[in-house]
Amino acid sequence: MDQNNLLVMEHINKRFPGVVALKDVHFSLKAGEIHALLGENGAGKSTLIKVLTGVEHMDEGTVAMNGSHISIKSPLEAQKHGISTVYQEVNLCPHLTVAENIYVGREPLKFGRIDWKEINRRSRELLKGFDLDIDVTKQLDNYSVAIQQMIAIARAVDVKAKILILDEPTSSLSNTEVSKLFDIMNMLKKQGLGIVFVTHFLDQVYEVTDRITVLRNGEYVGTYHTAKLPKVELIGKMIGKEYEALANDSRSAVESNAGEEYLRLEEAGTDNISGVSFCLRRGQVSGFSGLLGSGRSEIAKLIFGADKMNSGKLFVENKEVHIKDPLDAIRSDIAFCSENRKKEGIIGELTIRENIIIALQAKRGLRKAIRYSEAQKLADHFIKELGIKTPSADQKIKNLSGGNQQKVLLARWLATDPKLLILDEPTRGIDIGAKAEIQKIVMKLAKDGMSCVFISSEMEEMLRCCSRMFVLRDKEIVAELTGDKINEAYIMNCIAGEGESKS
Amino acid sequence: MKKKLKINNISLLIAIVLLVIMYVAGANMYDRFGSISTILNLFNDNAYLIVVAVGMTFVLLTGGIDISVASTLAFTGVFSAFLLEKGWSAAVVIPLVLLVGTLVGCIQGYAIHEFNIAPFLVTLVGQFFMRGMCAVISTVSIPINNEFFKNAALKKISFVLQSGGRPKLYYYVFVALFAVLFAWYVLKFTRFGRAVYAVGSNEQSAQYMGLNVRAVKIGVYGISGFCAALGGVLFSFYTLAGYSLQNMGLELDAISSAVIGGTLLTGGVGTVIGSLVGVLIQGIIQTIVTYQNLNTWWTKVTFAGILCFFILIQRFAAVRAEKKKNS
Amino acid sequence: MKKLKDRMEFRPLLSLIIILLICGILSGGSFFKISVVEGHLYGRLLDILRNGSKYMILAIGMTMVLATGGTDISVGSVMAISGALACSIVDQRILMGLNGNVFAAIILALGAGALCGAWNGFLVAKLKVQPIVATLILMTAGRGIAQLIADGKIVTITSDAYYYISGGYILGLPFPMYIAAFMLILSLIMTKKTAFGLAVESIGVNSESARLAGIKVERNLWMIYVFCGVCAALAGLIESAGIKGADCNNCGLMIEMDGILAVAIGGTSLSGGRFSLISSIIGALVVQTITTMILAFGVAPEVIRVFKALIVIVVCLAQSPAFMAKMKGLFDKKRMVAQG
Repeated sequence: MDQNNLLVMEHINKRFPGVVALKDVHFSLKAGEIHALLGENGAGKSTLIKVLTGVEHMDEGTVAMNGSHISIKSPLEAQKHGISTVYQEVNLCPHLTVAENIYVGREPLKFGRIDWKEINRRSRELLKGFDLDIDVTKQLDNYSVAIQQMIAIARAVDVKAKILILDEPTSSLSNTEVSKLFDIMNMLKKQGLGIVFVTHFLDQVYEVTDRITVLRNGEYVGTYHTAKLPKVELIGKMIGKEYEALANDSRSAVESNAGEEYLRLEEAGTDNISGVSFCLRRGQVSGFSGLLGSGRSEIAKLIFGADKMNSGKLFVENKEVHIKDPLDAIRSDIAFCSENRKKEGIIGELTIRENIIIALQAKRGLRKAIRYSEAQKLADHFIKELGIKTPSADQKIKNLSGGNQQKVLLARWLATDPKLLILDEPTRGIDIGAKAEIQKIVMKLAKDGMSCVFISSEMEEMLRCCSRMFVLRDKEIVAELTGDKINEAYIMNCIAGEGESKS
Repeated sequence: MKKKLKINNISLLIAIVLLVIMYVAGANMYDRFGSISTILNLFNDNAYLIVVAVGMTFVLLTGGIDISVASTLAFTGVFSAFLLEKGWSAAVVIPLVLLVGTLVGCIQGYAIHEFNIAPFLVTLVGQFFMRGMCAVISTVSIPINNEFFKNAALKKISFVLQSGGRPKLYYYVFVALFAVLFAWYVLKFTRFGRAVYAVGSNEQSAQYMGLNVRAVKIGVYGISGFCAALGGVLFSFYTLAGYSLQNMGLELDAISSAVIGGTLLTGGVGTVIGSLVGVLIQGIIQTIVTYQNLNTWWTKVTFAGILCFFILIQRFAAVRAEKKKNS
Repeated sequence: MKKLKDRMEFRPLLSLIIILLICGILSGGSFFKISVVEGHLYGRLLDILRNGSKYMILAIGMTMVLATGGTDISVGSVMAISGALACSIVDQRILMGLNGNVFAAIILALGAGALCGAWNGFLVAKLKVQPIVATLILMTAGRGIAQLIADGKIVTITSDAYYYISGGYILGLPFPMYIAAFMLILSLIMTKKTAFGLAVESIGVNSESARLAGIKVERNLWMIYVFCGVCAALAGLIESAGIKGADCNNCGLMIEMDGILAVAIGGTSLSGGRFSLISSIIGALVVQTITTMILAFGVAPEVIRVFKALIVIVVCLAQSPAFMAKMKGLFDKKRMVAQG
C-alpha cells in the first residue's frame, strides 16, 4: 500500500445473525481525494461505514490511520480520530436550534459557560459558506429535509475532520443543491481532506470522484481510478454475476397483456401526499419509480389505508370503496408489503406460522381463531411453494435471513388471496438468489391475473418486472410509461425533470 | 432579536395564565387569600416538591421517567431521622443521605442504559426497594430532635405589614430556589445541559454526533436521585420526622408539575422554570382546597385532571406539528 | 406438541415446587398439613390458595397488559375504588335506592373497574400517552376518588352475603379460588378460542407491523385495559370482603408490584410479546408462597417489598439480552484468562 494513505482498512469481517455482512473487505483512502464507495443495496456499504464510525464493531480486521492502528469503539472515538459522518437520514436533533445542532458537544465556552452569541455568529458564518441564509436561532424542525441535510454537512465539515464520510447525502437534494455540495467537496479536497462518498447516482460519481471501490454482497470487488473505468464496466462490477443470472429471465411481464382495470384513484390524498390519480390493471405489474422521498411509498400507503385518505376517491372494480385502515384494505382484497421489513413487516418474536396467518386471521375476523391444523397446513404449503428455508414453521421469524423473512411476509399476503399486491422494496437488503426468486414469483402472480404494484430503487429490477411504469417527482406523478418507453434513459430523464410531462 | 412564540411555549404560557387566574379567583373568593402570605406559603409548603420536580425535569428531558423519587425522598427522611436519633451530627448525615440518593439514581441510570431495561420498570423496582428499605429501618415515624434540623426548620424571614399580616419565608426555601436557578444555568449554559436536550430530542442522533449518551443518561438519573434526597432533607426540615409511608404518589406530582410547565414526556423540550410554575399551580390548588374546607384528596384528583388537560394539549400540538411538517 | 421442558410453564412450576419443598422442610412438614373443620379444608396450602387468588386474578389482567408492551400500575387504586364503592353501597351510604343489595353493589363495582380500565385505555390507545404515565394518573387520583366515595372514612360493613366473596366455601374449598379459576378459564377461552391472544402478542412485539397486518391495535389495546380494570375490581371485592370493609388508604397498596412480579416470574417478557396465563397464575402462587413463608418467620410485611424488588431485579436482568451478553463476555474473559 502507498505511503500517503490516510486510512487503510484491511480484512474487515462482520457477521450479523444469519448473514455475513462483510467478508474480507479492504478499503483505503488518501488525503485529498474523493473516493466513491459503490455497490447495490445490501452490498455492505453501510455496514462498512458503520464499522468505520464506531456504530458497529467488526468481528475481524484492522483499521489504520496515518500508518498507526486504531480501534474505534464509538462515534465519539471516531470523531476524536477526525472521522466525521453525514448519514442518509438526517441525524440531527429536531428540538434544538440550527446553531446548536452544529455545535452541540463542542460548544465554545466563555468563562466556563456556553457562549451563545459566539455559537450563533459562527454558525451564521459557516452556513454563509454554503449559501444558506437562514435564522440559526430557530428550531431545526422548522426547515426542510434538504436544508437539514446541508446543516448536517456543515456540522461534519466544521469539526475539522481529516476524513469526511458522506453516506448518500444527495438523495434529498435538488440539482442546484447537489452542485453546491460538490463545490464544497472539491474545496475540502484541496484542503487535504479524504472524502468517502456513497451514492446511488453514477453520474455524480463520474462528476466528482477520483477513485471507486466496489463492494458486492459483502465482498470486496476492487478499487479503480474513476477516469479509467467506463460506466458500463462499473455497472458490471456492481451487479456482477447477478446481472447474467437475471438477464436471461427475459422481460416476460412487459409483453404480457394487461387485463381490465382493477383499481382507480381520483385526486386522492393523505397528510403526506395529495392529488394522486391513476389506475391499475389486472394481470400486470405496475411500477412506481422515483427517488427516495418522491412519494413512492406514500402512494402505496395511501392505497392500503396505512395513511388515512382524506381527499379524493378510490374505486375498486369500478365501485367506490372507503378504506379507513389496513383492515378495510385487506377485506377489499388488497395486500401491502412495507419497505421497512423490520419495523412494519415482521413480528419478530412470533413463529413463521403465526406471521403467515395473521393477516388472514384479521381478514376473517378475530372472533374465531384459525385452527392449529389449518394454520400448519397453510404454513407448510407456503414454505414449500416459496422455498422458505427453515427447519419448521415453529421457528421465530426473527431467526430467518432477510430473504426468507421477505418470503414469509409474501406468504402472509398471498394467504389472504389478494387481487392487488403492493410490494414496496421487496428485495432490499436480501441476497441475490432470493431476490431473483421474489421477482419471479411476482411476475408469475401477475401472469395468473393478479394486479401487482412494484416499487424499488433498483432500476434494473424495475425494468425487468414492470409492464407499466409511473414516474414520480416531488410527490407528483410526472409520467406514465408503457412498452418501449420503459427504458432506463427515458425514465431517468423523467425523474430528472427533463422528459415530457404526463403522457 | 424578537422572540417568536413557539408551540412548546404555549403550554407554559397557559400554565402561567392558569396560575394567575387561580390566584385572582382565590383572592376574590376568600378573605386573606390575596395576601403576600399566601404566595410565600406556596414556597414554604412546596420547597421539597420544587427540588424533586427539578430533578424530574432532567430525566423527562431525556425522554425517561423516574418513579422512584417519592420512595427515595421518604427513605432520606427515615434514614436521616434514624441516624440523628443515634446521635450522628447533621454535618455528616446530610452529605451522606445526599450521596445515597445520588448513588441510587446512578445505579438506576446504569441499569437503564447498559442493560436496556425500560426506565419505568427499573425505577418501579427502585421505588419498591427504597420503600422496603424504609420499613427495614423503621415502620413507625421517627421524630427529629437535632438542633441543626430544628433551626433549619424554624429560621425564617418575617415581615411586618401595615395591613396586619405577618408573612414569613423560611430559610430552607432558598435551597429550593437555588436548586432551580442552578439547574436552569446547567441546562442552558453547560455542555452537559445541552447534551441532555440532544439525547431527549433524538438519542441516536446524539450518539452519532459523538455525544456521550451513557454519561448523560446515568447523569440525569443521578441528578434526579440527588434532588429526591435533597427534597427529603427539606421535607424533614418541614415535618421534623421521618416516616416510611411519607409522600406516596409524590412522583406523579413531580411529573405533572414538569408536564404542566411545558416539558414534553417524549423528551427534548422543557425548562425547570416551567416545572416551578407547575409546582406552584399544584400548591395553589391545595390552598384553595384548604380554604374551601374540602377533603384533601380533592387536590390529587383536581391536579390529575389538570395533568390530563395538559397531556391533551401536548398531544394536539404534536399532531399539528406532524401535519405541518408533511405539508 | 412441545416437550414439557420447553413449555413456558415449566420453569415457574419448578420454582413453585422447590419453594414449597423448602417451606415444607423448614416447617418440619406442618406446612403441608390439611385439616377438615366443619366440612371445610384448612391449612397453610389452603391459605396460600385463598390469599393468592386476588394475586392470580390481578396477574391475569396484568399479563395481558404487559404482553402488549404496556403496564398498568393503577390496579391497586382500582381495587380501592371497587372496594369503597361496593362497601358504601352495601352499607347504604350511597345509592340508598338499592337498599344495600349485594349483587347490585358487585355489578356496579365491576362496572367502575371497567370504567377505570376504559379511561386508561383511552389515554394509552387513543392519546398515545406512555402507559406508565397514563396509569400513574389513575394510580394517585384513583385513591383520591376512592376516598371521596367513602367520604374519607374506613367503611365497615355487616353483610354475610358480602363476606362470602372471600370467606365462603364450596365443596370444602375457599370461594375466591373458584373466582380465580373462573377468570382463568374465561381468559383462556378468550385468548385461545378466539384470535385475541394472537392480536395481543403481535401488538406487544411490533404494533406497527400488527396494524399493517390488519389488527385493530387501538380497539384491542382498549379492551385489554378494560379487562385489566375488571380484574382489579374483582380483586378489590375479594380484599374488601376479606377485611369486612373498605380501607381506601391501604386497600391494594403497592399491589401492582406483586402483579408485575407474578407475571415476571411466570416468564412473560415485561417488554411485551409472548405470554402464558397459566405461567402467571403459577407466578402468583410463588409470590403468595414467598409472602406466607416470610410472614411465618415473623418478618414485618413492609420489609417483604425489598425481597420482591430484588426478585424482580433478577428476573429483569435475566430477561435483558444486553445483560446476558455482558455476563457471557465476562465469563468468557475469565475462561480465557484461566486458559492463557
